[in-house]
Amino acid sequence: MTSDGPRFDTRLDRFVDNYANRTRGMRVSAVRALFAVANRPEIVSLAGGMPNIKDLPLPDIADDLAQLVRDNGTQIMQYGSGQGEPRIREQILDVMALEGIEANADDVLITAGSQQALDLVSRIFLDPGDVVLAESPSYVGALGTFLSYEADVVHVPSDESGLDPQALHETATRLEADDRRIKFLYTIPNYNNPSGLTQPWERRIEVLRVCEQHGILVVEDNPYGLLSLDAEPIPAMRSAGADVIYLGSFSKTFAPGFRVGWALAPHAIREKLVLAQESATLCPPVFSQFAISNYLDKQDWKGQIGVYRDMYRERRDAMLAALEDFMPPGSTWTHPKGGFFVWVSMPEGVDSQSMMARGVDARVAFVPGGAFYADGQGARNVRLSYCFPTVENIRIGVERFADVLEGELDVLRTFGVHSPTPHPGRVAGPGPDLS
Amino acid sequence: MTIIVISGGLSHERDVSIRSGRRVSQALRDKGHDVVESDVNADLVALLGSVEDPVVIPMLHGGLGEDGAFSEVLGVLGVPFVGSRSGPARATFDKSIATTAVHAAGLAAPRQLALPHDIFRELGAQSIMTAIGEQLGYPLMVKPSRSGSALGATKVSSADELPGALVGAYAYGPMAVIEQFITGTEVAVTVLEDADGLRALPPVEIRPSSGVYDYEARYTAGATRFVTPAELPTAQLEAAKNLALAAHRVLGLRHLSRTDIIVDGDGTPWFIEGNVAPGMTETSLAPLAFEAAGLDLGDVFAGLVALAGRG
Repeated sequence: MTSDGPRFDTRLDRFVDNYANRTRGMRVSAVRALFAVANRPEIVSLAGGMPNIKDLPLPDIADDLAQLVRDNGTQIMQYGSGQGEPRIREQILDVMALEGIEANADDVLITAGSQQALDLVSRIFLDPGDVVLAESPSYVGALGTFLSYEADVVHVPSDESGLDPQALHETATRLEADDRRIKFLYTIPNYNNPSGLTQPWERRIEVLRVCEQHGILVVEDNPYGLLSLDAEPIPAMRSAGADVIYLGSFSKTFAPGFRVGWALAPHAIREKLVLAQESATLCPPVFSQFAISNYLDKQDWKGQIGVYRDMYRERRDAMLAALEDFMPPGSTWTHPKGGFFVWVSMPEGVDSQSMMARGVDARVAFVPGGAFYADGQGARNVRLSYCFPTVENIRIGVERFADVLEGELDVLRTFGVHSPTPHPGRVAGPGPDLS
Repeated sequence: MTIIVISGGLSHERDVSIRSGRRVSQALRDKGHDVVESDVNADLVALLGSVEDPVVIPMLHGGLGEDGAFSEVLGVLGVPFVGSRSGPARATFDKSIATTAVHAAGLAAPRQLALPHDIFRELGAQSIMTAIGEQLGYPLMVKPSRSGSALGATKVSSADELPGALVGAYAYGPMAVIEQFITGTEVAVTVLEDADGLRALPPVEIRPSSGVYDYEARYTAGATRFVTPAELPTAQLEAAKNLALAAHRVLGLRHLSRTDIIVDGDGTPWFIEGNVAPGMTETSLAPLAFEAAGLDLGDVFAGLVALAGRG
């Protein structure tokens, strides 16, 4: 007892000492909090990875869904198969055929978005300390999943054609010499998130060859493959390799709210994935599967992908033109041939994470590059997305971003800082709407 | 009367503000009050004009919320509000003004330099940084002059860390303060006004697991241990409370404030900074002080609304 009454001693979480080790990185961060501003209308957000679904034929889809509920309501609102409904698994074969994949519906597992497929793959393969190879840079949502299973993510350098096979060979050789267990290579060969880079066909074959040489399983994540903006899609790695888990999604080619993705896996792996899926969710969302199956049956889904491609092409071109017009000297950026993102490299010494605060003041949002690395790289990079803002706002946003960079460079010139203050631990990534 | 809780805004602390606003709104509803919640947007002025007898609780952190701009507008509109008026809020939010004012009143405050980025650019950064090191000595603290939640604040242990810390502070605004670092026990004292006048609530001692009470430590439940009242001798607790009351008066604050204090090894409490819109989130300090004082969050704000309504 004190003069102020009894003493309270609290950490505000009675169970703080009970959490698993894997939650250590799950903390509030200032960077993530700054993203809270991104959704305000005054802000031009070049941060979001949300697909732009404004051109979907919503009245037609609404009629189809109403009919579906009337005709099959008791089935589509019931539990379903742990592997996913047979009809949609057959239809997915048609989708994958567009990228050269021949497969059997028995080897397809439906998941709650391909993000859940990443989780299930990690669940069945990763023990703490296992190595996951990932290209530099790589998808923030995948890195978070691997780290939550306490894996050690090792980045493999990329060049202008994406993942570098020689660097992959050298990294694998070094890790093997250190007796490290490489569980799989995670790669996004089409229009990488965040870099926008695409592996040419020959590069894919070479990557597969190196993986075969080292006995490395490949996890090919392909959410953007059908959103090619300049040419027809390049065949998937899975079309040329057996030891590949292929992850697909309807989030970008239709709509993300249904949360339907899939994994195509070699038979033995698929069996374990189904058991893991049943353990996680009993079954993937049945209503969503039927809704998408219905959409594929009744709507011109290939035509809709064409609509998306035209829209994203216009936006991509607007962003590249604005970067050309506004960016200060010393910066470079990728020229994506599909997907949603441009990866900007800024002069040495720039800290994109500390630029976030300037961005809020300048009314522009972007994602600092460090989010796409598990090892502290990426300070002088940002990811800019062109998928959601209008052409006009893309230009305004890039101009504001260029001003933010000018401000940062001005301060750096004053203080002569050539290497950013290291940020402890992994840089926090954006939330789901921005991934 | 209609209670309107305003949170959000476009500041760096939008996320914290929204959480504070929700919590206060719910606490008031739990006590039977009708509450309208709103962000700061183009519809807000119309909203204020459309309801009967509005009383505003600005739960805005950083930027236009804490710097007096929003309360200035409320004053122009003639809408009563909880919290400090614009002039005192502006002075308190700006660390370069608040610390000087508190020091001038004879209260213990760290030696401080306030410098805009421009002066380093025009006079040459290296010579000024050398002089700063000689004047204040290391370690020292570098902070944005107008920001909260420890955003952009860095402890600097040696000269080679100073440029990076200044770059980090200037990311949050054109003016930075560089202060003598005070070593000791970190406490926060909430000052609350009620019908009987001002009173200082039990000091909350802050013990971050990481050793630094940064943004993560502030808003991650479990990352910081809070002891209320602080484990300090009674005389030091009283001295900390008196400092907070004195700072509240010197700065001309109203209704509610929180003063961040470090009690040094000699037992002297030092003013570190004042807050005109203390956080009310699940991990914030003022609600812990309310709890220790036996006060309910909803009752506290209902009382403040009544005070504000009386003008």
